[in-house]
Amino acid sequence: MGGATARERKGSVGALAVLTIAGVLLGAALSLQAYREAQHPLPPVSSDILYFRGGAAVSRAALGFDALLADVYWIRAIQHFGGTKRASGGEKRYELLYPLLDLTTTLDPHFSVAYRFGAIFLSEPYPGGPGRTDLAIALLERGIAADPKRWQYAQDAGFVHYWWRQDYKSAAEWFDRASRIEGAPWWLRSMAATTLAEGGDRQSSRRLWQQLLDTTDDIWVRDNARLRLAQLKALDDLDALASLVGRYAQARGAPPRSWNELVAARWLAGIPADPSGSPYELRPDAPGGVALSDRSPLLPLPPQLTKQTGPTT
Amino acid sequence: MGRVIGLVAYHVFKESVRDKVLYNLVLFAVLMIGASYLIGQLTAGQDVKIIKDLGLAASSVFGLFIAVFIGVGLVWKEVDRRSVYNLLVKPLRRHEFIFGKFLGLALTLFVNIAVMAAALYAVLALMNWMNPGLGRAAIEAPVLDPQLLKAFALLYVQLLVVTSVALFFSTFSGPMLSAAFTFGLYIVGHFNADLAHFESVVKSAAAAWLGKALYYALPNLAPFDVKAAVVHGQPVSAAYVGLTAGYGLLYAGAMVALAILVFSRRDFK
Repeated sequence: MGGATARERKGSVGALAVLTIAGVLLGAALSLQAYREAQHPLPPVSSDILYFRGGAAVSRAALGFDALLADVYWIRAIQHFGGTKRASGGEKRYELLYPLLDLTTTLDPHFSVAYRFGAIFLSEPYPGGPGRTDLAIALLERGIAADPKRWQYAQDAGFVHYWWRQDYKSAAEWFDRASRIEGAPWWLRSMAATTLAEGGDRQSSRRLWQQLLDTTDDIWVRDNARLRLAQLKALDDLDALASLVGRYAQARGAPPRSWNELVAARWLAGIPADPSGSPYELRPDAPGGVALSDRSPLLPLPPQLTKQTGPTT
Repeated sequence: MGRVIGLVAYHVFKESVRDKVLYNLVLFAVLMIGASYLIGQLTAGQDVKIIKDLGLAASSVFGLFIAVFIGVGLVWKEVDRRSVYNLLVKPLRRHEFIFGKFLGLALTLFVNIAVMAAALYAVLALMNWMNPGLGRAAIEAPVLDPQLLKAFALLYVQLLVVTSVALFFSTFSGPMLSAAFTFGLYIVGHFNADLAHFESVVKSAAAAWLGKALYYALPNLAPFDVKAAVVHGQPVSAAYVGLTAGYGLLYAGAMVALAILVFSRRDFK
């Protein structure tokens, strides 16, 4: 009994010794690796690696795992877009964005978010995106070919024409096309008519985005609609503040140097902030003397709507 | 006869448990839970689709590895260990031995697929509970979509076909070659629809005929893959599932019969 216990104890000690040796060896190997990497740095991994170009060939080689591969490429597309957008300094190159979206949708032709949000990514003007509305429309057209009953793609194509191209005739045609697809909501038809009649004033833009916000279940499409509505609100605020600053300058003989002057004079209740919470800034070089903060996530504002054409709220 | 087959099947299942084959379920659970957290950070709004894709693909990969690597050793191991001599002197006929081996691995695969399906539903239920908005965001198909079971059912039948092929090779070949042959047929099985239309790319009538013959002779595995359709909420009719599963069961039956034929003719004296 005592002998067995001694043997067990000896065995435990032996195991502990082996474990210690393994730990020491592993630690030494890792230290050596760290030293080697300090002496001979690893080559940088290019984030622009595409892996494959032919979507159809990849789809065949995926052996039934094409949907999962599409997810991988979708995540790559998001990372490429977000990484490039956030990169500081230098020219922003979004050249892999469309090929990645193309691969994603070839591997999984029913990946609706890849079409819808891919179009949003592609339309975003430089430097926030590549500003390729032509590719956005092409992507959405591929979505319609894969899934002709998805009226949302036609609606999104209308939005691309409306918001980024200011081509209200084409936008109205796309909204009309969307309205004719089975299951499309009734208001798409009136949207087509409004777009054609009123073009791109802020009120009709607000109606369009609000309609999209109220009716979509897609988180990202909703977030995008919220951003556009916030931008429209900021444009109205900027107009109102510019008018206030102008009146103050007329009354006092000089424009205010800070918002505190307006607050102290009870012209404002507090420091005005945009819908994202970033304070507006007084800038003599900006139109109307008021601008969004450079840190505001609402930038860039849509240039076609910076001049007020509708009633101010 | 049924009792003997059942005993062989039970022993195959017990051996796979003893060989810690079911440990892959732990790996699957860790993968699903880890992925559900990470993917939530990466792709707002598409978590449900990606988790479903990942769960179905992981079930398919784990199932394939079990079917191939255990399937190719089912008979070979008994021959290599010479235990087949002891077994065959018992009141156990060769066809009972082969059929029992097949059913044993089929049971192991069934337990695996059933637990993986339950784990996928559990992860989806957890995601849905933690983020009730997911239900609205997953517009194509409900989060806890019962249609997923169709994909699991067809995956299971596909694995039975792969198991039968592995078992067939196992009756006359070593594990390395059998695994290579089975993986080869698995890959060919996803491409053989091309053989059906071979006449459109070759002029020779004989080559076109050969292509057609190979199309029918080789396992056609692509139709078992309804993963993408199910995840996107597209209809997969019960008739389609029934016909495809019927084809798979018949094909697996034919391969088991061939395995019995080869094994019956082997000389173990």
